Amino acid sequence: MGLNGSAAAGTAAAARGGTGVVVRVNGPLVEVEGLAGQAVADLLAIGDGRLEAEVVGIEAGLLTAQAYETTSGLRVGEPVVGLGRPLSAALGPGLLGGIFDGLLRPLSGRPAWLAPGSWTEAGTPRRWGFEPSAAVGAEMTAGSVLGIVGRDAAVVHRVLVPPGVSGRLESISPAADLDGASTVAVVAGRRIYLDELWPVRRARPASARRPPTTPLVTGQRVVDLLFPVVKGGTAAVPGGFGTGKTVLLQQIVKWCEADVIVFVGCGERGNELADALHDLAALEDPRTGRGLLERTVVIANTSNMPVMAREASIYSGMAVAEYYRDMGYDVVLLADSTSRWAEAMREFSSRRGDLPAEEGYPANLSSALAAFYERAGQVETLGGTVGSVTAIGAVSPPSGDMTEPVTAHTERFVRCLWSLDRDLAYARHYPAVTWRRSFSRDGDAVEAWHASAGRSQWARSRARALGLLGDADRLAPMAELVGLAGLPAGERMVLLGGRLLREAVLQQSALSENDATCAPAKQTALLDAVLAVYDRCVTLVEAGVPPGLVEEVDLSGLVRVRDEVGPGDAAGVDRRRDQVLGALDGLSPAGPAGGGR
Amino acid sequence: MTGVGPARLRLQVEYEGATRASGPLLVVEGVEGVGWDDLARIRLGSGEIRRGLVLEVHRDVAVVEVLEGTAGIDPGDLAVRFEGRPLEIPVGEGWMGRVWDGMGAPLDGGPPMLGSDRRPVAGAVLNPGVRDVPTEPILTGISVIDALTTLVRGQKLPLFSSAGLPHLELAAQIAAQAHVGGESFKVVVVAIGVTRTDADRLLDILEARRAGSDLAVFLDTADDPVVQRILAPRVGLTVAEHLAFELGHHVLVVMADMTSYCEAVREVSAARGEIPGRRAYPGYLYSDLASIYERCGRVRGAPGSLTQVPVLTMPAGDITHPVPDLTGYITEGQILLSADLHGQGCYPPIDVLGSLSRLMRKGVGEGRTRGDHLDIASQLVASLSRAGDVRDLSELIGTGALTDTDRRYLTFADEFAALLLTQQPDESRSIEETLDRAWTLASVLPPGELTSVSARELAEHYGGDGRAEEPADDG
Ligand SMILES: Nc1ncnc2c1ncn2[C@@H]1O[C@H](COP(=O)(O)OP(=O)(O)OP(=O)(O)O)[C@@H](O)[C@H]1O
Ligand SMILES: [Mg+2]
Repeated sequence: MGLNGSAAAGTAAAARGGTGVVVRVNGPLVEVEGLAGQAVADLLAIGDGRLEAEVVGIEAGLLTAQAYETTSGLRVGEPVVGLGRPLSAALGPGLLGGIFDGLLRPLSGRPAWLAPGSWTEAGTPRRWGFEPSAAVGAEMTAGSVLGIVGRDAAVVHRVLVPPGVSGRLESISPAADLDGASTVAVVAGRRIYLDELWPVRRARPASARRPPTTPLVTGQRVVDLLFPVVKGGTAAVPGGFGTGKTVLLQQIVKWCEADVIVFVGCGERGNELADALHDLAALEDPRTGRGLLERTVVIANTSNMPVMAREASIYSGMAVAEYYRDMGYDVVLLADSTSRWAEAMREFSSRRGDLPAEEGYPANLSSALAAFYERAGQVETLGGTVGSVTAIGAVSPPSGDMTEPVTAHTERFVRCLWSLDRDLAYARHYPAVTWRRSFSRDGDAVEAWHASAGRSQWARSRARALGLLGDADRLAPMAELVGLAGLPAGERMVLLGGRLLREAVLQQSALSENDATCAPAKQTALLDAVLAVYDRCVTLVEAGVPPGLVEEVDLSGLVRVRDEVGPGDAAGVDRRRDQVLGALDGLSPAGPAGGGR
Repeated sequence: MTGVGPARLRLQVEYEGATRASGPLLVVEGVEGVGWDDLARIRLGSGEIRRGLVLEVHRDVAVVEVLEGTAGIDPGDLAVRFEGRPLEIPVGEGWMGRVWDGMGAPLDGGPPMLGSDRRPVAGAVLNPGVRDVPTEPILTGISVIDALTTLVRGQKLPLFSSAGLPHLELAAQIAAQAHVGGESFKVVVVAIGVTRTDADRLLDILEARRAGSDLAVFLDTADDPVVQRILAPRVGLTVAEHLAFELGHHVLVVMADMTSYCEAVREVSAARGEIPGRRAYPGYLYSDLASIYERCGRVRGAPGSLTQVPVLTMPAGDITHPVPDLTGYITEGQILLSADLHGQGCYPPIDVLGSLSRLMRKGVGEGRTRGDHLDIASQLVASLSRAGDVRDLSELIGTGALTDTDRRYLTFADEFAALLLTQQPDESRSIEETLDRAWTLASVLPPGELTSVSARELAEHYGGDGRAEEPADDG
């Protein structure tokens, strides 16, 4: 906009035209005077360095703004202009496989050390091969497909008529290499560019919400078998430091059955992101044979990056997820960690001197959390296809205190809770998802889905597993008190069954070559194998075999099989089950073969 | 670094007098064109010069945090000049082999550090897109660390300790012994709020390495002003970043005690009247700590690395206290010291089950340490965990009722302390010796119990050097 750096430097000159001045700087909080025509949520360019900032409050001509870059060196009296748009992200081809900052600006091609102002556009923009598919003269509505980019890509990019636009297609670009700013088509007098600028805080519209019914297979047994999430569902992963939130989320990034993954590294570690990107680049999607990175968008605001961009990163990620949903894809958005986002809100509101609510968080914390998870869902898109956004957020409760505000509110708004437990993590039981404090409110839907596919057994096995785990937990303190020998035989078998479930089914090492991910068939095979072995043990003690004898049978083969057979090898699990059952039959009073009922 | 240039340097007016001086803060009115985070030069009536940083600027009022503190300041008798740039220090090899205070002034009688190549102490943000995955070890010569919680170049791995434990000795031992094979290695030690006695002890332990001029020590002692406590780690890291990312050295930064650092942050926050969070620490303590701890890593295509070992004492031994809690949320694992082990006379008193190096997996193995490292390490951790269960059980039902195998686990736990854990404070063991000891220890257990190691590894290493005798089973 041609604002010269020296134009309004120096004393607080009276504002002329569209230029205001900085009157206060306190970290990311900047107050501006003399700038008319701004609304809350509008973007400003602040100071000679033109730092991006968003208006968060207006009172008697004084604008309060949150800056998205460090304000180090920003002086009272520096000029401020409005950018004439709310906080927006450029959505277009080139997102997949890329890494972006909290405002969705590409981080690749930027200098190693990010100084403010290093964002000024550099180099020539990338170009994309556009292929039109709509014909001039056609009636278009929002969501109509204009053409595609990347016919052979892992995820074909559909260029759609954006929300709010409809009418006659007046012109369309021929097949050509276009950059983001190129005009793709003109619909009812409106130019449509390849990149769509979307105000990220606003949910992208859809025709209708649909009740989600299809499970999202994550490849993690404790999730898929016990606390399943559906496509379009929501889940939160609370847990103290080191309990395994990041590893669980990244396992889902790698192995879940989604078309597109959006991962928001929100206030976490740079090394972790480097590691994740490195792994994704090396792995291939077992379903498509394409590199996993090609279906992934990474948004990174590491913990040392500007705090307010952390607050924005969650919304940038959600806008990207909705953008692909609108193309008819199943998208999974993961945010690690939503607590850092909430803390960014808290930091800013405390600098503003807002009246704090619980633990210093602003009073709108719970509505902000609710609104974020509400943007997930399965929808009928404007274009008439079906797409979904599943939202999964890590929560980092201070001191592992699950009653703190972010955890407590999040629990109310999500359909699934995968609580991580410090004791399990300490015992290296990974993933440390505790069956005691976790839930899935979509369990019924998933059971119905399995039943409709002819697997009515699935619901029964799940219920039995949850029951057995609970019973074993209830008996454990008793066993510690009176010793195993003091318990009735049936209860000793419950303890044995609980241990088998934990070790053979629920534990799943992210580092295991064969078991990092697990296909549904192997999942059920493992669960049913343990239940079958447990049943056989019960039968044996009921037939009079001393429980001590049963407990001494070497069942380690059953525990190890998860690592020893491939991720989809259900038959391998069945074979091992039969071997173990055979070994147990050796104890049967009726002799081998005759065992059982 | 916004606006560095003529516009920013032009405003070198001196303002006479301040309206308020209290705690670390000075309020100056009637100022013009002052930048946030700018360096202020405060000339006292006595002629003494102090420095300050702008914490907030509101119209013509600037709130300045005085690095040397406001003790002895008469607000009516001073002049303040704003330099139009943030606090910077010179960088270069000249820091090495010397002892400095927390702000970089010489404490060893030598000349001050000069140089025109300067960097802001706040540092810049490393683009996460250029970070490389840390995959090579730093060896400390301390068996239990090298074997079970290996430090990886580019990692941040804190020591969590409690009052009265020898964490400073251990930190100093790490700083004195750490190496990366034959490659160039530099160490920066930042002492934060330590007592003079501890400072002297630290210097003693580090004497040899300092003489070799690949070590710099920054000493902020308990009687130094609190703001210096906040800057000392940043000064050390600025020096280290230059050595690592511009000169291509592998650099280890040891910082102790981060609890004193956090207390200083709390003190400044309270002086500003900010809304207190948990235990009265400010709500931004997480981001503040991250602005220190994230200053480590590797850059793709560049030779150097920066690794951090922060040390903190958990107040009242409480790991849920905000300082260890927030640190744990940022660092890549932790090494936990145990008062119990210390009480039993173990040095280093490391609680292995409570410790974890999250980056170890990619930092050890063939070509780095040894091919069997990861397997034998997870075997020892799993067996120790099992040994703990057996000990609990034996307290319940008596040792007599234990099975043979279970009794071997008890022997294993004792042998662990003797063979691997315990070590002299000046003893450095090679990784081969450490891993051989690990196998001798594992061989206390029957081979059938060692399920984390491969059959090949078992055949090659099981047996050990005979120090681990068969447990004496009577009968
Ligand atoms: N499924 C798993 N398989 C194997 N190891 C695991 C698994 N989950 C967690 N771990 C171990 O636990 C460590 C910590 O896990 P992770 O980094 O996910 O914790 P976190 O909850 O994200 O912690 P923070 O809050 O500090 O970020 C990992 O480095 C790894 O060693
Ligand atoms: Mg994490």
